[in-house]
Amino acid sequence: METVIGFTAIAVALLIGLGALGVGIGMGLLGGRFLEGAARQPELAPMLQTKMFIVVALLDAVAMIGVGIALFFAFANPFIGQLQQATLPAGG
Amino acid sequence: MASEGGHGPQTSGDYISHHLQNLQVCKAESGEWVWNQCAGNPLAINVDSMFWSVFLGLIFILMFRSVAKKTSSGKPGKLQAFVEIIVDFVDGSVKDTFHGKSRLIAPLALTIFVWVFFMNLMDLVPVDWIPLAASASGIPYMKVVPTTDVNITFGMSISVFILIIFYTIKNKGIGGFIGELTLHPIAPPLKGPGIIAAPFVIAFNFILESVALLAKPVSLSLRLFGNMFAGELIFILIALLGIWQLPLHFGWAVFHVLIVTLQAFIFMMLTIVYLSLASETH
Repeated sequence: METVIGFTAIAVALLIGLGALGVGIGMGLLGGRFLEGAARQPELAPMLQTKMFIVVALLDAVAMIGVGIALFFAFANPFIGQLQQATLPAGG
Repeated sequence: MASEGGHGPQTSGDYISHHLQNLQVCKAESGEWVWNQCAGNPLAINVDSMFWSVFLGLIFILMFRSVAKKTSSGKPGKLQAFVEIIVDFVDGSVKDTFHGKSRLIAPLALTIFVWVFFMNLMDLVPVDWIPLAASASGIPYMKVVPTTDVNITFGMSISVFILIIFYTIKNKGIGGFIGELTLHPIAPPLKGPGIIAAPFVIAFNFILESVALLAKPVSLSLRLFGNMFAGELIFILIALLGIWQLPLHFGWAVFHVLIVTLQAFIFMMLTIVYLSLASETH
């Protein structure tokens, strides 16, 4: 039981952390390119900003799905229920 | 760290799971309808999400309809100016992105944008207020943000998915729809000796394209759900901190306003983009 809970905690941390890492690098690159483009042609800045926000939300999606799954495991871990089912008839 | 919110002394884990629980009604095995004993029942109905989503949809429809009936070009009131800004914005987005001909797209985009925005906006109401008022009148659980319920977001994205398929078949025919699934991205060799490989190429294309097609509604709904669920959970976690919650709540709420608007905008934009892709005839 302790190993299941311990590994679940590590899995939750990896899900959230790796998602954040990837999204951080991606958004950094995106913002940098946007600033370069806006500096070269300031009249295009509003249009570029709209498109940048669209890509930001698309990047967010996968990270957020990871966060959702991680929080599900943090608060409603299905493995614990499975474990209790499995160990119950053995004399729990 | 215990927190009392009028429910009596409880642990922080209890507080969190209490606030993440929907008001459910379902048919038990005995055949009668029971409240809140539906863990794991796939046919359970989340009454609180249904109520709040329909209520906010009615507010949107009635507000916009009352403005539309009383439009005055001479002296527009503030509500009319506000509605005009939103309608102009959605109209501009649709004109920029949608290259087909349809009378459904712009009203659909407006409904999606304003409805999802209103539903997300309920996340800014302090976490305990409405559930406390509800439990004072005997309702044990109440989640006020419908978009934190997977059923609501999947309902919307499956409706958009049905529209995508409908528009694809309407504009390209059933042959065109199946052709899109099987002849892209690798054109199978239909003449000459390479025709032996054609079934494998078609199967490969079909697997790739059907995964891409199914990813559209799934990602659309899970993006909105994940963002809103994570935001609501952070509000609940900050609420556990006692007196120090006020500056943190304020900071997070300011950031969350951006997320709320952005997610509504993205749902609308992606709907328009997917329907535009379904309607384009090369």
